[in-house]
Amino acid sequence: MNENISFTLNDKAVSVSTDGERPLLWVLRTDLGLTGTKYGCGKGLCGACTVIMDGMALRSCVIPVSSVKGKEILTIEGLAKNGKLHPIQEAFTKHDALQCGFCTPGMILNAYSLLLSNPEPSRQEIVDGMEYNLCRCGAHTRIIRAIEEAAQEMKGAR
Amino acid sequence: MNEDKLQVAESDRDENLYPVSRRRFLQGLGGGIVILFAAGERPARGQRRRGERPDFNAYLHIGEDGGVTCYTSKVELGQGPMTSLAQTLADELDVSLDSVDMVMSDTARCPNDGPTWGSRTTPGFGPILRAAGAEARAVLIGLAAVRLKVPKDRLAVEDGVVFDKTRKSRKVTYAQLTKGKKIERRLEGAPKVKTVGQYNLIGKPVNRLDAAEKVTGQAKYTGDIRIPGMVHARVLRPPSHGAKLKSLDSAAVDSQDGYQVVRDGELVAVLHKYPDMAENALSKLKAEYDIPEPRFDDKTVFDYFIKNAGKGKVNGRPAGNLDTGSRLAKEVVEETYLNGYVAHATMETHTALAQFEGDNLTVWASSQTPYRHASEIARELGIGAEKVRVIVPFVGGGFGGKIANAQAVQAAKLARKAGKPVLLAWSRADEFFYDTFRPAAAVKIKSGVDASGKIVLWDYGIYGMGSRGAGLFYDVPHNRITLYQRHHRLLTGAWRAPDNNTNSFARESHIDVMAARAGIDPLDFRLRNIKDAKFQRVIKAGADKFGWTPAKKSPSGRGYGIACGFDVGVPVILFAEVEVNERTGAVQVKRVVCVQNLGLVINPEGVALQTEGGVTMGLGYALTEEVNFTGGAVHDQNFDTYELPGFSWVPKIEMVLIEADDESSKGAGEPACICMGGVVANAVYDATGARLNQIPMTPERIRKALAERA
Repeated sequence: MNENISFTLNDKAVSVSTDGERPLLWVLRTDLGLTGTKYGCGKGLCGACTVIMDGMALRSCVIPVSSVKGKEILTIEGLAKNGKLHPIQEAFTKHDALQCGFCTPGMILNAYSLLLSNPEPSRQEIVDGMEYNLCRCGAHTRIIRAIEEAAQEMKGAR
Repeated sequence: MNEDKLQVAESDRDENLYPVSRRRFLQGLGGGIVILFAAGERPARGQRRRGERPDFNAYLHIGEDGGVTCYTSKVELGQGPMTSLAQTLADELDVSLDSVDMVMSDTARCPNDGPTWGSRTTPGFGPILRAAGAEARAVLIGLAAVRLKVPKDRLAVEDGVVFDKTRKSRKVTYAQLTKGKKIERRLEGAPKVKTVGQYNLIGKPVNRLDAAEKVTGQAKYTGDIRIPGMVHARVLRPPSHGAKLKSLDSAAVDSQDGYQVVRDGELVAVLHKYPDMAENALSKLKAEYDIPEPRFDDKTVFDYFIKNAGKGKVNGRPAGNLDTGSRLAKEVVEETYLNGYVAHATMETHTALAQFEGDNLTVWASSQTPYRHASEIARELGIGAEKVRVIVPFVGGGFGGKIANAQAVQAAKLARKAGKPVLLAWSRADEFFYDTFRPAAAVKIKSGVDASGKIVLWDYGIYGMGSRGAGLFYDVPHNRITLYQRHHRLLTGAWRAPDNNTNSFARESHIDVMAARAGIDPLDFRLRNIKDAKFQRVIKAGADKFGWTPAKKSPSGRGYGIACGFDVGVPVILFAEVEVNERTGAVQVKRVVCVQNLGLVINPEGVALQTEGGVTMGLGYALTEEVNFTGGAVHDQNFDTYELPGFSWVPKIEMVLIEADDESSKGAGEPACICMGGVVANAVYDATGARLNQIPMTPERIRKALAERA
């Protein structure tokens, strides 16, 4: 059954008319044309589809689109502002914290949420917070380093 | 069933079907300078076609704006060739890195310079690319000499500007030189390339050129491409390999608006404008299959292989006489080593988008081998190879798994039947089913050590896989390697350094067993039995970095391990330190030191990435990764039962590169991965005294080995 679902997507109001049971991931990737959010497992196990809802990381492959009504959603496409990369994106680039890049949008957004709730995480807290985002290429140590540096950078900006 | 058909062999048999014509590639390039060159093997004479000039398989173009473009069928899988090849070319041409554009992996624009596999891009393609760059530079210097009226040897280049060394203001840019020109050269001889000491970019760490697109979500992978009129497909996965579709009732889906069920032989799929809707509809299809009786499962597979091994074939060149070896031995050690099927589990599942325009078919595919797949698609659909164009956008990981691309054939068949463009992405469960796994295999070794600690006998049998990495770099006078028949019921193929992970695990475990039996320190035992000076240097560098000291007893309780390996011309050694929780059986690898001799290193940063990646991937197959199956049915469908390494697993990784700039470059994608099984098994033994002859070393297997330890 189609319903009208309105929410804020990357600071813009959007509205879709679709079956509210459909996963947010596929509504983003098909109906809304934002393909930066990736499908990796479809069961919330890998984190490639991570987006931010009202400041919290969530796995868009297992979230029905009806549940984002009236919420603020941030995807990887909305993270850089006015052509300027977010400090986490900068740090990922600087530390080569990626190879194939397929897990990268989810990694960056999960890190974004982690740093919102804990702006000065220890290395162990970063490891724990990122544990269930999977990377097959093995960029883990660089991702940790990038998040540590981004945290420093963001602290300076506050 | 003939398992050879299931085996994805690293063969090029279809690759030369593709005509290479100047016209096809060079029209529309505009003015400037074109250098045509041939990388790798040229097609055999019999395979050349009349009227074709298969004298090049890659080319570079310096346009009238001075921009440099290199056209190659190599693929960016994450391993970094987009960066390292651009770096190589920019250095040779003396231009800035950002003025080089890599046009990769499009069969309509890039000739076929071979697949992307086996760590071949840097060693195979790199040197010829450098020569082509040098040739282009020579042409430009020639033009500049005429233009500036200065002898060639007085000219130098910086950042694409040629100038007189005696008067820097007398200068001309590459763009000014190429303007209005149309020069085509074929690389014939071996132009003088830069040597050690002359490099500006080679050997310097360079950040990835694709990072900006990848951190912003702009990088396009196959599944991100949208074309008008396209629909999404989900395939109906059979319950087992070897299953035959008996009947299909699709009425429940056919009757719904917006859905289309397509069947082409055994292939069944649902098409819909949304992939999630297509996937949901699969459960409404009623399909019946004939399923072959299973003969073995993940537990009985090794017994089956050994019992049905046949007579075997001696591999390579055996040496000496095994009976003599046995007589010389003071201790004879016999062991069997086991390793299960392992999935590639790339984060991007296999994906393809197929579009017919009249008779012409374009397929975007997550492929390591675009030309091979163009041929395969043409053959499977019964259309001319010249009608098929394959384009490979960014690929979300390969590791050998994307040498096979059944999804591209499926998408093409569906697009033809449906009469519209079809995007097919395998679900994660499809991926675990159709993946060409690293084969399960057993290795039986009978070896002997003499009273002086020298290995005198090595009788090595391989069941279920090939011999890559089995060749001995230990000096053993009496040795033989035998390959036995394979019996796979699942699809198997190349997985990051095929065969070598299992061969190295078996050999290096066994070396440690022998060292312990002979009462010799494992490092000392290796140094005594490996004569090769290059290898000795690698081993000693590793021991220094790790801080290895002989233990007073074995096992020492320190949790230290060593394993050596040899892959794609690279001698490698790993040292590891592990901690074993004897209650739970969990293993934590705390530190890994990796030493390799890779020859001339183009991008040390890229090598570091590949080394860390290889070690991390190795943790998975050493500790948890193993496919559960019965017969042709794969039980693992996602990352809940098939566990990949996570952040908390990753040890401190220290890399040492032996300085060898005067040696040719070697590929770094594979060597670091091959020793992980052996080094962790040896370290677990050193920590606990429990010897595991089977990987992955799951907590259950560790607990069992601890309970059984002598």
